[in-house]
Amino acid sequence: MTKSLANRDLISINDLTKSEILHILQLAKDLKNKPRPTLLQNKVLASLFFEPSTRTRLSFETAMERLGGRVIGFADKDVTSASKGETLYDSIRIIGQYADVIAMRHPLEGSARRAAEATDKPILNGGDGANQHPTQTLLDLFTIQETQKKLTGLSTAMAGDLKYGRTVHSLTQALMHFSPRLYFIAPKTLQMPEHYLEELKKNKIKFSLHEKMEDVIKQVDIFYLTRIQKERFADHMDYERVKNTFRLTLAHLTGVKKNLKILHPLPRVNELDDKIDATPHAYYFQQAENGLYVRQALLGAVLGKI
Amino acid sequence: MTQDKKLLVSAIKNGTVIDHINAGQALKIIRFLNLAAQNKLVTVGLNLPSKLMKTKDLIKVEDWEITPEEANQVALIAPQSTINIIINYQVSKKFALKLPEKIEHLLVCPNPKCITNHEPMDSFFYVKPRKQTIEVKCRYCEKQFSLNEIKDYKI
Repeated sequence: MTKSLANRDLISINDLTKSEILHILQLAKDLKNKPRPTLLQNKVLASLFFEPSTRTRLSFETAMERLGGRVIGFADKDVTSASKGETLYDSIRIIGQYADVIAMRHPLEGSARRAAEATDKPILNGGDGANQHPTQTLLDLFTIQETQKKLTGLSTAMAGDLKYGRTVHSLTQALMHFSPRLYFIAPKTLQMPEHYLEELKKNKIKFSLHEKMEDVIKQVDIFYLTRIQKERFADHMDYERVKNTFRLTLAHLTGVKKNLKILHPLPRVNELDDKIDATPHAYYFQQAENGLYVRQALLGAVLGKI
Repeated sequence: MTQDKKLLVSAIKNGTVIDHINAGQALKIIRFLNLAAQNKLVTVGLNLPSKLMKTKDLIKVEDWEITPEEANQVALIAPQSTINIIINYQVSKKFALKLPEKIEHLLVCPNPKCITNHEPMDSFFYVKPRKQTIEVKCRYCEKQFSLNEIKDYKI
């Protein structure tokens, strides 16, 4: 049975069961099809962004506004008491007295879990350092389901920085509920960490490791590409080499499955050729839009209104 | 008992004996249990010869009884050690060591970007026994470490 989401926090994708995930995706679909402009009237979202973000912050705030709620908050920690040395615990305890729900991003890992201890208002984690970003994972799942009409039994490739990328870690964990076939494509030094691979083995999920996109792209339904960050390389020569070879271009799309969709959490840099945007396989802009419906669904659900 | 079989560490009348500690771990256990600060007579044997283990460490504490929670903490560091409570030179109780499910306060998260290293707060780890090692997972940053990677303790 699905436990009600009312008054719950969403800190980590691992906090959700399979049926809870499916329930949130259904709510998001309902809201995408039929807007509810007065659902959260008289409710206040505190949008606390201790580090910069455009997409996540604006989509949380728009989601609240489009449901008729209001938004308070900040997008720069220098305007808060954190800059005066106040603990996160104290800040959240106080803000929790003003708002009905809190969406937050913070550079330290575990900050959202800590914040949840400071208030009884629901906390929605919009990213805690390199740790978790569960609303991104939910919007990824929503988009996969939307494009493939199902979640179970799909072949998904993840490519890019698989070592440090939190989106691919959380997506891997979430997909484990849906019997996937996974392909991990990355330069050797940025491959998926061993403990995730062990978890996959334990759950009897088929996966393989690759270095080249062309080795697997013809076999998959979803190609999830992520950015490779310069700062992850000790040697900048290595970065330059990877940057130029690790790039998805039109040439890769010859002979791919008709239903293949390319997803990317964005922002993109060099790894995704913008010529792909015009192909029927590109779906990353719709993916970003879906964040709005997923966040609406979460706000409505944790406030007990849907 | 002949002269050459004399005990390397003398027997205690009442107290706790932690034996069969893998060599090199006794001082860590003393830190974990904060034994040095308890004003009790503590005898420590390091690198003692052992038939089973070749070398082992040993700790004897006079007039002090270890609690089950503390015994579980010892299990984290030296899972194969044995703990006996001694009353009047006789073993009165043997502890079956059991790994704790969680560890509060004690460990410092090795992740420098973990919130527990930036706020005045307690750490919290879930214990995950693996085939060869024991791993702990931080409740906050969700990173998993083997116990050897934990270099610092909050004592």
